[in-house]
Amino acid sequence: MRFYEFECKLLLAKMGVPLPHGGTASTPEQARQLATELNAPVVLKSQVLSGGRMKAGGVKFADTPEEATNAAAEILKLPIRDQLPVCVSVEAKAAVAKEYYLGVTYDALAKKPVMIFSDMGGIDIEQVAEEHPDHIATQHFSTLVPYTDFRAKELIASLGITGGELTALTGIATRLVRLFQQYDMTLAEINPLGKLEDGSFVVLDCHLDMEDEARERHQAVLDALGISPDETRQGRPPTDFEIRGAQVDAVDHRGVAGRVVEFDGNLGLVIGAGGGSLTIFDAVQKYGGKPANYCEIGGNPSVNKAMELTKLILSKPGVEKIAVIMNVVSNTRADIVARGVIKGVVESGHHPAEKISIFRIPGSWEADAFKILGKYGVEYCDRSVSMSEAARRAVEKTGA
Amino acid sequence: MTAMFIRVDLDPSAASDRELAKKLAEICPVNIFAQAPDGSATIVEENLDECVLCELCVEAAPPGGIRVVKLYDGAVLER
Ligand code: SF4
Repeated sequence: MRFYEFECKLLLAKMGVPLPHGGTASTPEQARQLATELNAPVVLKSQVLSGGRMKAGGVKFADTPEEATNAAAEILKLPIRDQLPVCVSVEAKAAVAKEYYLGVTYDALAKKPVMIFSDMGGIDIEQVAEEHPDHIATQHFSTLVPYTDFRAKELIASLGITGGELTALTGIATRLVRLFQQYDMTLAEINPLGKLEDGSFVVLDCHLDMEDEARERHQAVLDALGISPDETRQGRPPTDFEIRGAQVDAVDHRGVAGRVVEFDGNLGLVIGAGGGSLTIFDAVQKYGGKPANYCEIGGNPSVNKAMELTKLILSKPGVEKIAVIMNVVSNTRADIVARGVIKGVVESGHHPAEKISIFRIPGSWEADAFKILGKYGVEYCDRSVSMSEAARRAVEKTGA
Repeated sequence: MTAMFIRVDLDPSAASDRELAKKLAEICPVNIFAQAPDGSATIVEENLDECVLCELCVEAAPPGGIRVVKLYDGAVLER
């Protein structure tokens, strides 16, 4: 789940990370008051969950309270990627001498968190990595032992930073890691981290993403921020299709048929299994297919749940066929998913052999699954066919 | 919608056994059995396709009392 920038800053403040002076305003009048109190030029930023605020006109500068009032009025009614801001932040404009980047996330390949530092802040870290790899330093660390100042210093010093600058950056880096671990974040990023002309540091912009499954553990802090449990906090509001997908998952406690994300392709996906969804989705795209959706199934969903998910996907305009692909399953039963998917297709008024491009769920109870699929003439395959190959066959049958 | 994959045959004498009816309603993990107001066992049609083929009902009933039929291959679970 994402946080608005002002919420990120409240969490960073709890950790003692230096922030600019300011606050948030829900009305132009409140913005005027804040600008008056700050008694300095200010920067006003739209508080939306999506990126691209600067380009969209959601960031403005003001030298006087009057200018701040007008800027806030404009920002508050400006939708960015279909989202109206919840408020506008008003902060003292910092006299920035240099910008840095600090970030913590998980490296799925290394199966460890990774700390990233760059002395080229203010631009996308991916762009820095590509164009200026010598300006970026990374360091994996363990979650089993505390992340120390020593390790942070090692990372930052590797880019030639020394003296007071090194000491100040070290403190901010260790606090960022502490926040990342304490609040089960999947991403904690300060970009840019500004070094001011007086040598002090201040967070100019930041981004935090919390693991969805950890929300319950942090209910107290989410309550304190005023975040209600039904706020999905994704980059955009959920579509009707996605809301109905969440309902399919919520009404039946058995297994998972969730995280439905809508796309506009013609191949519906009933996919899952421990990262398998991402692999399969990527494979479909690699072979030129156009997914109609992303989803995650697993944990042995009931027949009813698999059926309702299938019906939902088939109800989406433009979906020509579905592909049912999972990694090798152990706790999910292939026969139960097969029953659900076939029922869903039949209840939607179609013939399974025509609508299911491929069924590839090897593992638990696959023999029964294959009998069911065989009876309805559905193409199926076992683990000797890779997920990638199954995706290729689905794309071939469906057409791009 | 009628069941597409599973049929459960409940012998009338097994169905009328109130003790067995209570037990069946308790043990079936997917609620395929219910106890009618008169205490007899009934089949919950809309749950039939959820059957996980665990055979608990077959074991709980006397021989010939319950048959679970896989409609997709004709195999029968019984004792
Ligand atoms: S085999 Fe198991 S799941 Fe199926 S009806 Fe009997 S008790 Fe229920």
